[in-house]
This record gives sequence, structure tokens and C-alpha cells, in this order.
Amino acid sequence: MTGQPPRPLLSVDEITVAYGPVTALHGVSLQVSEGEIVAVLGPNGAGKTTLLRTLAGALRPRHGQIWLDGKRLDGIVPEEAVRRGIATVPEGRLVFPGLTVEENLQLGAISRRDRQAIRAEIDELFSMFPILGERRAQPAGTLSGGEQQQLSIGRALMARPRVMLLDEPSLGLAPIIVGQIFALLRDLRGRGATLLLVEQNVHKALEIADRAYVLSVGRVVTSGPARTLATGELERMYLGMSRAR
Amino acid sequence: MVSPSEFAQQLVNALSLGSIYALLALGLSMVYGVLGMLNFAFGELVTITAYTMLFLANHGAPFPVMAIGGVFAAVIASILMELVAFRPLRGASFVTLLFTSFAVAELLQNVFRQAISSRPKGVPVPSLFDNAVRVGSVRIGVLPLITAGVGATALVLLTLFMRRSRSGIAMRAASQDFATARLVGVRANRVISLAFAISGLLAGIAGVLWISRTTAVQPTTGFVPILEAFIASVIGGLGNLRGAVAGGFFLGALEVFLQATLPGKILPFAQAVALLIVVAILYVRPQGLFGRRVEAKV
Repeated sequence: MTGQPPRPLLSVDEITVAYGPVTALHGVSLQVSEGEIVAVLGPNGAGKTTLLRTLAGALRPRHGQIWLDGKRLDGIVPEEAVRRGIATVPEGRLVFPGLTVEENLQLGAISRRDRQAIRAEIDELFSMFPILGERRAQPAGTLSGGEQQQLSIGRALMARPRVMLLDEPSLGLAPIIVGQIFALLRDLRGRGATLLLVEQNVHKALEIADRAYVLSVGRVVTSGPARTLATGELERMYLGMSRAR
Repeated sequence: MVSPSEFAQQLVNALSLGSIYALLALGLSMVYGVLGMLNFAFGELVTITAYTMLFLANHGAPFPVMAIGGVFAAVIASILMELVAFRPLRGASFVTLLFTSFAVAELLQNVFRQAISSRPKGVPVPSLFDNAVRVGSVRIGVLPLITAGVGATALVLLTLFMRRSRSGIAMRAASQDFATARLVGVRANRVISLAFAISGLLAGIAGVLWISRTTAVQPTTGFVPILEAFIASVIGGLGNLRGAVAGGFFLGALEVFLQATLPGKILPFAQAVALLIVVAILYVRPQGLFGRRVEAKV
């Protein structure tokens, strides 16, 4: 990873986002290049989820702009953001519990028209996640947490996103499952996916990320290559947590 | 004891009344599931179906044309209702939407009164409906038979649509978690319009069947259907589509059973007795007979 890529795929330019009178993000900027894993770190309430929700079109920035591959993205609705190439793996996974595994995946492709390709990709996903293949006809609500996380990621993949946003994919999962999910994310990057990852699990996130931004109280307080951040004092200074056990 | 013949006839009656209630409850539940709103103007869709049938009959249309025209009018009216009255209030509170739907119902009833008549008008239906067919030793009314058949067919087709089609899956997703459905790409406006269209379709089909029984229409014709739809969907667990169907058949069966078994003196109060039983059920199971625990609706 030497040299600066010509233009970032996703560019967030000085956005300010507020919930009524409460400002959650103050002029946040960040860039994600094609094929990168970028982590956004920070304590609770730093504005990480707000950032992802804004990128996904669920919130509108008061100021600032969001660009995806040279096109304005701010101010559009979530269903339009998906069509432009932003897919979200939301916090808490949020699979549709009453829909089957297969229907959840079909729904992930709701923005697409190419039915033949969708079929083939669902089969491809089932060979990538054999456990989901076994449970294709089961309601998603009957899956374990780790399986639901796989499904949520699979659902996002079905939209063929340019950038995938992941909100706390390790939340509430057993350590061994967290390891599997992060191995999967690394694998996805190997296949050319671009990921923007919000995580509380700083250690794990910095292990797979190329670069990271640290948010605190709605501002970017530092950013840089993941390797540099991992060895620095940042974890203790800004994140207020000891190294992962 | 009832004779086998009488039993068979009452069974068909129960299935026929039940399928009308099931269609109505489903129409109400469909919109509730997606939007979290109770549309009390739903009954007026039945009235619109009836007046459209009357209008077409006055212009010499045969019954099938009246029926299709009536259903079509209900679908269009339902979509327009959402566009004009509810869409501008998207995101408003439950109570706001509820009162808006009362206002729409009231407004439409007054339009019917002013533009048509406040008196009941007869809607001509084929005399064939009054006949009975003989199956072995059993005589069964043609209309209940048709009603049960149409109702069952509509329910099966709707189930297939909700299960198999992409739009059906999107609607089910939206009724489980609207915000997440949008996040994966389900278009909010489209899925809401579709919910109202299907709701109108169900009101229309149920309306044709209802009017075939009552053979008359007046501005307040929608009142009983909306009431039965509401009761049936509450029994089934509001927003639960399978529950709505089950609740409809349960309510239909209960009313027919009470009509058949209550002693003559109490018979005029059959509906009241039915409601009492419903209240007793809801006292024990507030989430409805088939509903899951009440889930928070955001």
C-alpha cells in the first residue's frame, strides 16, 4: 500500500449532523479508497453509529458533503443509497427474524433487476457460508448470533455494494465467533470489497484495517495507518480502554 | 342434536362468513403491519365497492362486470386515500393517523349522503345466489358456497404472492422492521402504496361478497365490515397476517354457531354474546389468540 490512490471512492467532507438541538458530528471528514478496510474507532457516544447512519442515508447532514465515486450522496434516502452502492450491516445484525435465510438474502438484492445472477449469487453465498445453506428454509430468527451476523453480511453482499458499512459486527458475539467474522472481513477485502468498519473492539479492528479514524465527542481526533495507531498510546488516551485480553 | 344436513349447511355458512371476515381483517392488518396505523376508513372501501356496483348495474352491466368494477374502484380508492390523506402525515403519531382515518371515513360518508342518497339503495344480484344445491341428502346455499370458494381462492393467491414474489417478501420485511427494510433497499413509498392497494383489493373482494348477502347499500354500509375486521384482527393479533385470517374464521364460526344454538329469546343478542366472548378471550390473551407477545412498534 504505497502511494496515494488517485481519488478516494468514498469521501466525507466536513459533515455536521445533529439530532434536533444536539450535534452528534462536528465537521467530520474521512476518505475510503477502493479495496481498503477503514476502521472508525472511539468510545460510546463518539458519533460512530451516527456517521454510518448518515452515510447510509438514514440521517441528513446539516453541513458538509458526502461523495461516492464523484457523485453527491448526502441528502438521499436509504433505499437510494443502496442503489448508489452503499450497503449496511447494521448494529445488532437486524436480520428479518420471520423471513427465511434465503428470503433475507433475496431481500438484500431487492435493488437489483438481474434475477438470474441473483440466484447464482445466493448459491455462491451458500457455499461460502455452508451453515446458511443448511438453514436456507429456516426463519432467520432461529439462527445463532454468529450465524445471523453471517447472514447480515451476506444480505449486504447481495446488493453488490461499492462500499460496505459495518456497525459493530463483533457486538454480543463469543470471542471465537468474533475471530471468524473478522477472518471473513479480511477474506472479503481479498476479493476486492471496500469496507468501512465501526468497532468497539479496537484491537481486532486495527488488526484487519488498513487505516483508522478515531472519533471522540463527534470529532475526528486522530487518524492514520492502522499499524501506527495500534502501537501508539492512542488506545489509552482516546479510547480509555486497556489492550484487549 | 343437529342433523348431518343442517351441520353441513352451518359449516358452509361459517366458512363463508369467516372468509369474508378473514379478507376484511387481512386488509386492515396489511396496512397496520407495514405502517403501524389503523385505517378506520377501510370500511368505506366496502361502501365504495357497493356504490360502484350499483352505478354499473344502473348502466346495464352484468354482475361479473359489477363485481370486477367494484373491486377495481376499491383498489384505486385505497391507493388515493394513502396518497392524499396519509402520506402527508408520514411519521405522525398513531393517534394522529387514527383520527385522520376517522376524518376520512366521516368525509366519505358525507359525500355519499350529499352526492347519492342517505337512504338504502338495492343492489341487484343474480337470483341464482338464492338457490341451493343438493349434495346427496344435504342442501347448501349457492351464495355461501361461492363466498367460501372465492374467499379461499383469494387467500391462497395472496399467500402465494406474499411468499413467492419479491414484492411480497419486501412487504413482509417492511412489516417486521420498516427502517431496516429501507436500509437494504426496499422503497418506502412503493411498499406502502402496495400495502394500500392489496388492502383495497381485499376490501373490494370482501365488499362484493358482503353486498351479495345484504343486497343493499347506504352511506354507513362500511360500519359493520370495519367493526368485524377490527375485532377479527384483534383476536388474531394485530398486524399478524396469519392471525387475521384465523381470527376472521374464528369470528365467523362463532357468530354462526351462536345463531344456530342460542335460544330464541337471546338470539337478537347473538352479536353481543359474540363480543362478550371476544372480550373474555382478550382478557386472558391480550396479544390475541395467535399473536406473539406485543412487540414495540417504532
